[in-house]
Amino acid sequence: MTSKIAIGVVGSGTMGTGIAIVAARAGFPTILLDLDKARAEAAIGQMQAFFAKSVQRGKMTQIEADETVARVTATDDMAAMAKAGLVIEAVFEDLDVKGKLFSALDKVCPPETIFASNTSTLSITEIAARSGRDDRFVGMHFCLPAQLMKLVEMSPGVNTTPDVFDRAWQICLDLGQKPVKTQDAPGFILNYFLVPFNNDAIRLVEEGVAEPAEIDKAIKGAMGYAMGPMELLDLVGLDTQVLLCEALYGVTNEQRASCPPLLRRMVAARRLGRKTSRGFLSYENAAIFGA
Amino acid sequence: MTHRVIEGGVSRSFPEAHSLLQSASADGAIAVIIGDKAGEHFAALPNKDKYTAILVELGTECLGEHTGEGRGEEGGNVLGFARFRMGDAAPSNLVEIVRQPCTDDGAVAAARALFEKHGLKTAVCADFPGRIVDRLVRPYLNAALGRLDAKLATAADMDLTLRLGLGYPEGPIELLNRSGLAAHHDVTQALYVALGNPAYAPARRAQVAKARQLKGQS
Repeated sequence: MTSKIAIGVVGSGTMGTGIAIVAARAGFPTILLDLDKARAEAAIGQMQAFFAKSVQRGKMTQIEADETVARVTATDDMAAMAKAGLVIEAVFEDLDVKGKLFSALDKVCPPETIFASNTSTLSITEIAARSGRDDRFVGMHFCLPAQLMKLVEMSPGVNTTPDVFDRAWQICLDLGQKPVKTQDAPGFILNYFLVPFNNDAIRLVEEGVAEPAEIDKAIKGAMGYAMGPMELLDLVGLDTQVLLCEALYGVTNEQRASCPPLLRRMVAARRLGRKTSRGFLSYENAAIFGA
Repeated sequence: MTHRVIEGGVSRSFPEAHSLLQSASADGAIAVIIGDKAGEHFAALPNKDKYTAILVELGTECLGEHTGEGRGEEGGNVLGFARFRMGDAAPSNLVEIVRQPCTDDGAVAAARALFEKHGLKTAVCADFPGRIVDRLVRPYLNAALGRLDAKLATAADMDLTLRLGLGYPEGPIELLNRSGLAAHHDVTQALYVALGNPAYAPARRAQVAKARQLKGQS
């Protein structure tokens, strides 16, 4: 068990908010940074709604929910990250964006602070190389929705020291998560398999093999999967899938990872999935998932 | 709607007693032709037009091999079907129903209703090699075998990641171990030949398992 260091989370999108929920729920003081202050404050509202559902479902008391939300500080001031013992980045999947962010954080955070990237497709070693502390850098890829999923893919970069990796691994356990070690390879385990699998499903729709709902029924019925690929794509967001394709195909050149034309057309038509209520399937309720 | 069952050899979809077989009558509005010789029995079936639907069990082949095709306007009261099954494992509850471009919607509805009445789930697809499930699952399994060779992670960690990360009941390696690597080889090799897509080419470990099977080694 590690002492309760402060956990910094950068980015208050779906993933960053979910990671902040995980950290606060595990008892860690949590600093949620977003350069758009309105977004950071909106994330606090989403957390309150999430924990309200947890109270309704008997998973925690109202007092526990209030204490948990109170552990989270939302800010647009990067200097607040000086207090963090571990900073987990969950911003846009772009090497330059992440590199500039970590370079800035390196100037703010004390030398002992460990940096972690929640990237799902980029190289940990390449991001670490731009951070100014590539020996204190790990990959910590949480799964969507982070507030419900236990798995974290953890990858050392080429220069990550073993003690830093072990320390980050222990923090991950203390967060109540289940870490799995993978190589620093494109897509790690999950996205290496999932992105092409979902692309293959889109290509079945393109080729007229089956309708999206039939594909989901087939995969769930045959394989016992909780969600079909089309439902999952809609949950992840079709625009996100495009980015995942571009990142994965860009480094692997594997045909299955390349972006299907239908996916680009769906994004152009603003059919992005659950968040726009229309993707491969249609939705009424776009509230944050789970409790 | 009543149905009759015509047995044409060994059935992968219904290898054991099943209520759909047991409730069949001597005649019926739906003809269900099962077994690895289902195509031959379909060809010999007289008065095909009298049925609301004729359901022909498929292996890895397309329905068009049995019905013939022309101008993309084929279809009528004949559908293909197969219960998805991984190698030697028991058949799943999922029945893929194969239709052609001009298949009668009433025949599709009758097929769905029959299978679902007997506790099976259905998904309808067009007449392509691998239908839905094999088309999606076989490249994923080949990739998993390839990544295992590349030491991306241990087999246990790969399986755990897919189970925890995506809620899969089994990871790819344990699924292949349970259902048979050589059987995977046979299906994915057939799809590779049909589709010409290298993602379906059997992974090295599947090739090894098949070679050992041919030598009588487990």
